[in-house]
Amino acid sequence: MEKMPKWADVILTPLISLVLAMAISALVILAIGESPLEALSVMVEGALGSSYGWGFTLYYATNFIFTGLAVAVAYHASLFNIGGEGQAAMGGLGVALALLYLPLPHWGLALPVAMLAAALFGAAWAFIPAILQAKRGSHIVITTIMFNFIAAAALNYILVSLLRPVGSMDPASARFPAETNLPSLSEILASVGILWGRNTPANVTFLVAVLACILVWLLIWRTRLGFEIRALGRSERGAIYAGISPVRITVIAMLISGGLAGMMAINNVMGEAGRLVLNAVEGAGFIGIAVALMGRNHPFGIFLAALLFGFLYQGGGELALWTSIPRELIVVIQALVILFTGALDNMVRMPLERLFLAARRSRGGA
Amino acid sequence: MSLTRTLLAGAALTAFGAGAALADPALIYDLGGKFDKSFNEAGYMGAQRWTEETGGTYRELEMQSEAQREQALRRLAESGSNPIVMVGFAFGDVLNSVAADYPDTRFAIIDMVVEQPNVQSIVFTEEEGSYLAGVMAGMASESGTAGFIGGMEIPLIQKFQCGFAQGFKAAQPEGTVLVNYTGNTPAAWNDPVRGGELARAQISQGADVIYAAAGGTGIGVLQAAADENILSIGVDSNQNHLHPGQVLTSMVKRVDNAVYEAFSAGTELEPGVRVMNLEAGGVDVAIDEANAELVTDEMQAAVDEARAGIVSGEIQVHDFMTDNSCPAS
Repeated sequence: MEKMPKWADVILTPLISLVLAMAISALVILAIGESPLEALSVMVEGALGSSYGWGFTLYYATNFIFTGLAVAVAYHASLFNIGGEGQAAMGGLGVALALLYLPLPHWGLALPVAMLAAALFGAAWAFIPAILQAKRGSHIVITTIMFNFIAAAALNYILVSLLRPVGSMDPASARFPAETNLPSLSEILASVGILWGRNTPANVTFLVAVLACILVWLLIWRTRLGFEIRALGRSERGAIYAGISPVRITVIAMLISGGLAGMMAINNVMGEAGRLVLNAVEGAGFIGIAVALMGRNHPFGIFLAALLFGFLYQGGGELALWTSIPRELIVVIQALVILFTGALDNMVRMPLERLFLAARRSRGGA
Repeated sequence: MSLTRTLLAGAALTAFGAGAALADPALIYDLGGKFDKSFNEAGYMGAQRWTEETGGTYRELEMQSEAQREQALRRLAESGSNPIVMVGFAFGDVLNSVAADYPDTRFAIIDMVVEQPNVQSIVFTEEEGSYLAGVMAGMASESGTAGFIGGMEIPLIQKFQCGFAQGFKAAQPEGTVLVNYTGNTPAAWNDPVRGGELARAQISQGADVIYAAAGGTGIGVLQAAADENILSIGVDSNQNHLHPGQVLTSMVKRVDNAVYEAFSAGTELEPGVRVMNLEAGGVDVAIDEANAELVTDEMQAAVDEARAGIVSGEIQVHDFMTDNSCPAS
C-alpha cells in the first residue's frame, strides 16, 4: 500500500525541502547583513523575470537535463555513474573534432553529426569503467570519478598541445566554422516574429534535451531493454534467473548513460561557446547527480529539477553579479538546496508519510 | 511584443536602478575570484588605489561560469560603464565579438591581444621577469638544481617556466630545472597542500630554490620551502614578506598598475597593444627589506646586468608563445 498519494511524494516533499533550504539560506543572508527578500527578488527577477533571464535559465537547465538523465539511466541499473563530468568533457572533444575536421556545410547536418560524435565519445569514456565493473567488479563509483580526472588531464594536454592555434594564449580550440553555429532559441522565435531572449545562449539543444527526456522515458518504461535494466537494478540474482546477462546490461546502461552525458556538449560547446575551452563542463556533471536524485530518476522529475537548478545557477549568478552578496554564498545556497532535497530527503518524507497515514486512519476510523 | 518589451525594460530598470553613475569604470575578475592572493587580487589592489586617490567609484564583477562572460560584458557596456577592464586571457574570444557592438565604450583586457578599434590589450613580458628570477636562482643555488611549480600546464605558465629556465641556465649552464605542474582542473590554482607536496618532492631531488607560478597553490610551495630551509621565489604580487629571509625574491607582475592606469585614463583609454615589459616596469624582481640579506652584491650586479641587457635588446629572452617551444629546459 502506498504510504502517501503520488502527488505528495513527487511534488509536496521536494517543495517542502526547498522551502526549508530557502529559509536557512535566508538566515545566512541575514547573518551577513543583507536582505533575504531583496536577494530572492534579484534571483527571481534575474532568472525568470525577463525573457533574457529565461534564456540563461534554460541554457543551464539543458546541461542539467542531459547529465541528470545520464545519472538516472545508470541508476535504474543500480549503477552510480558519477563520471558525468568526464563523459561530458569527452563529448565536448568529440564535438570539437567533428566540427573542426569534417566538412559540414550547414548546422542541420552538423547537429546530428555532432550529436553522434558527442554521444560516441561520452559513451566510450563510460565504457571502460563499465567493462571493469561488469567483468572485474571494480566499483563504478571509484572508476568513474577517477576517469573524471583522466579526462581533465587528457583534455588539458589535447587543448594546449594539439588543438590550440599557435600564438594563442587561451588553451582553447579554434572557432568552429560559422555555418555550424546552432540557431539560438531567440533566433528561432524571431523568425516567427516573437522578440525573446536576445543575446542568450539558450539554443536548439533545449529541444533536443526535451526529446531526450521523452526517449529515456520510453526506453526505461516501454522497452524490453528498459525492463532488463530495471530488473538488474532491483535484483541482480533475479535478473540472472530471468536470463538477463548482468555484464551485457551493465555495459549497455553505462554506454547510454555516458552517451547522454556526452550529448551535453552540444549545448555548451557547440551551442554556446562555438569552440572547445578548458573546463567547459563546469561541474554540470556533478549537478546532474543532484538533479537525478531530486527528480527521483524520472525524466519528468529530472526536467523540473533541471529547471530548478537552472534557476539557481542563473539567479545565483545574477545575485553575485549585481549585489554585494559574495559569490561564495551562492554556493552555500545551492548546497543547501542539494542537501535538503537530496541528502535530507527522508527528514521531510517520513514525518509527511506519518501525517498522511494518520489522516487516512482517522478517516478510516470515522 | 510590447509586453515583452515592457518586461525587458522592467528587468533592466530593476537591475540598474541602484546602479552606478554614467561613465564609471568597471573591473571584471576571472573565475579565480577577487581574493585569489594573486592575479585577480592584484587587479583589485589597482582599482582600490585608484578609488583612494580619485575618490571615484567603480563597478566590479566576479565570473562564475564561462557563459556569463558575454552577459557581464554586454550588461556593463549597456549600463554605461566606461572603460571596462577585464582581468584574464579567457575573455579574449568573447570580447572580440562584443567590442564591435559597443563602439563608444572602451575596453581593456589583460594578458591577451584583441584587435578591435576600442580595445586596449595589455600584455606582460612574464618571460623577462622570470629570466631575472632565474638569474637570481642560479646565483643562489648551491646544488645546481632549481625547481619550478606551475598551476596548470597552459601557455601562460609555460612562458614563466621558459623564462625562468633561461635565466637559470645563464647563471648555471650545467644546472637543471625540475618542472612540475599542480593539476589539470581549475582547482590547481588553489591547492596549497599539493603545492607543498610537489615542493618536497623537488627538494628530495636536490632543488634548493623553487619558483612557484601557481596562484594560491604557491603559498604552500613557499611554506614547504621555508619549512625545509631552502629558498623560494614568489609570483605576481610581492610575496617576500610571507617568510622573511627565506623567499629569495618575487617576480612581480604589475597587474595593479595596469588596472590603475586604465582607470585613470578613463574614457580616453588608448586602443592598441600595450606591452608592460621590464623597461616599462610591468614585470620585475622584488627586492625589499624582507629579502635584502639574501641578495648579495654579486647577485645584484648580475641582475642589473641582465636587466640592462634585456632592455637594450642584447639579451633576447625567448618567449614560449611565439613557437610553443623553449630553448632551455
